[in-house]
Amino acid sequence: MMDKLTLFFSYSFVRYAFIVGILIALSASLLGVTLVLKRFSYIGDGLSHVAFGAMAVASVLKLTNQTLLILPVTVICAVLLLKNGQKAMIKGDAAIAMLSVGALAFGYLLMNVFTTSANVSGDVCSTLFGSMSILTLTKNEVIICAILSVIVVVMFIFLYNKIFAVTFDEDFSKATGVNADGYNLLIAIMIAVIIVVSMNLVGSLLISALVIFPAISAMRLFKSFLGVTVFAAVLSVVCAFSGMIFSVLAGTPVGSTIVIADVCAFAITSLIAAIKGGA
Amino acid sequence: MALISIKDLTLGYDRMVVADGISFEVNKGDYLCIVGENGSGKSTLMKTLLHLQDSLGGKITIGDGLKANEIGYLPQQTVVQRDFPASVWEIVLSGCQSHMGARFFYTKEEKKIALENMEHMGILGFKKRCYRELSGGQQQRVLLARALCATRKVLLLDEPVSGLDPKVTAEMYELIKELNDSGITIIMISHDIHAAAKYASHVLHIGKEVFFGTKEEYVNSEEGKFFLSKEGGDWA
Repeated sequence: MMDKLTLFFSYSFVRYAFIVGILIALSASLLGVTLVLKRFSYIGDGLSHVAFGAMAVASVLKLTNQTLLILPVTVICAVLLLKNGQKAMIKGDAAIAMLSVGALAFGYLLMNVFTTSANVSGDVCSTLFGSMSILTLTKNEVIICAILSVIVVVMFIFLYNKIFAVTFDEDFSKATGVNADGYNLLIAIMIAVIIVVSMNLVGSLLISALVIFPAISAMRLFKSFLGVTVFAAVLSVVCAFSGMIFSVLAGTPVGSTIVIADVCAFAITSLIAAIKGGA
Repeated sequence: MALISIKDLTLGYDRMVVADGISFEVNKGDYLCIVGENGSGKSTLMKTLLHLQDSLGGKITIGDGLKANEIGYLPQQTVVQRDFPASVWEIVLSGCQSHMGARFFYTKEEKKIALENMEHMGILGFKKRCYRELSGGQQQRVLLARALCATRKVLLLDEPVSGLDPKVTAEMYELIKELNDSGITIIMISHDIHAAAKYASHVLHIGKEVFFGTKEEYVNSEEGKFFLSKEGGDWA
């Protein structure tokens, strides 16, 4: 087993893939805490389907760099959804469902009608559930993923205090002169970026898991915002890393293996919380 | 010049008028109680004062060196906060955001202010505790400490005693009274007409008829007498 791992890690693209996977897991979990607390968990799901639709358009147009189209489209949708969602919650909910199903259907239709590839269902499958193996990531994708997720992590660290204030009490922040709308907009953009970036790793159907599971698990055990944020980040990185190792060794699909690892972590933290609560 | 003066204000949502013809003044050191029945527009008035919502008409003038964002605010609890994982320290410190501008991290000075306000509110012992595990009265003290980090000039309190038991309610009123005595202007929304009578210097009654005046004037007014007889309280 060790031999196999050593062999894999001797290739530079494998190492890059691992670095990217960990960076994505880290940035997704950081923002996940805010999303879950703001009751915006579902936005990640909706946006990932939008990203899928945009990707279908990009591949039909035969763009060499698909991120250039997918990223702006997803960011715009994130901003619209968050704005709408604050005004009328129920309406926003329905809007997200409509948008996500619509984008999914649209994307699949495009990919089927205008396909150039011999294996349409394979293409669709890998967009929905992530590449069968991270090794198929191209060098370009790896570099873009790495840069974008580092930007998100750095922004999160600098904006940490403001994100806390706006998440905990938006009205108070606004009333005392904090530009809450501006920070909400930034948060929306960061979420969109993460979703586009993580599409390569886990695919558009499973992204929500990467965003939500670590945050929920951390909330079982920790009681301060800092504690939850740090633990969610650590947990997410651990799950992503072990998931990737397992998938390399056992030949399972990367995305779903990572998500299963997150589910297990959730079960374990829930169990610990239950034992602590009962004792 | 008054800290805040309101002239002929019309309140409402999406062109639906909730209350109109509201005029009043708040001067430094005042303790204004805003009373009125449910749906009379008390909370809307508060949101308008805090610039969370636009008024439908009328004029709000802020003077006497007060800036728009120098009004501290004690909101009613939201659903989000009820299970929010945050320590007391994190919440109180977040009040300092109001004078941070574009700066990212808290200074030593701001941390000191936060500690002082926690001590003042008697919650220093809960510094590391989780907010959602505190009792209602303790939570209100945490939010008061946060508001004090944001300003030392004006505090707007939205139903500060709702859901508290009588003993804690009395303590809360004493605490607010102390703050008022130390020079902080208080504007409080309340159902509790007895507290208004006991502590306030001025009363604003909104509803079909709008009344504004000192507490003594209110007690002798039509609205005051009506509200009083209905509530059946004894007035100091």
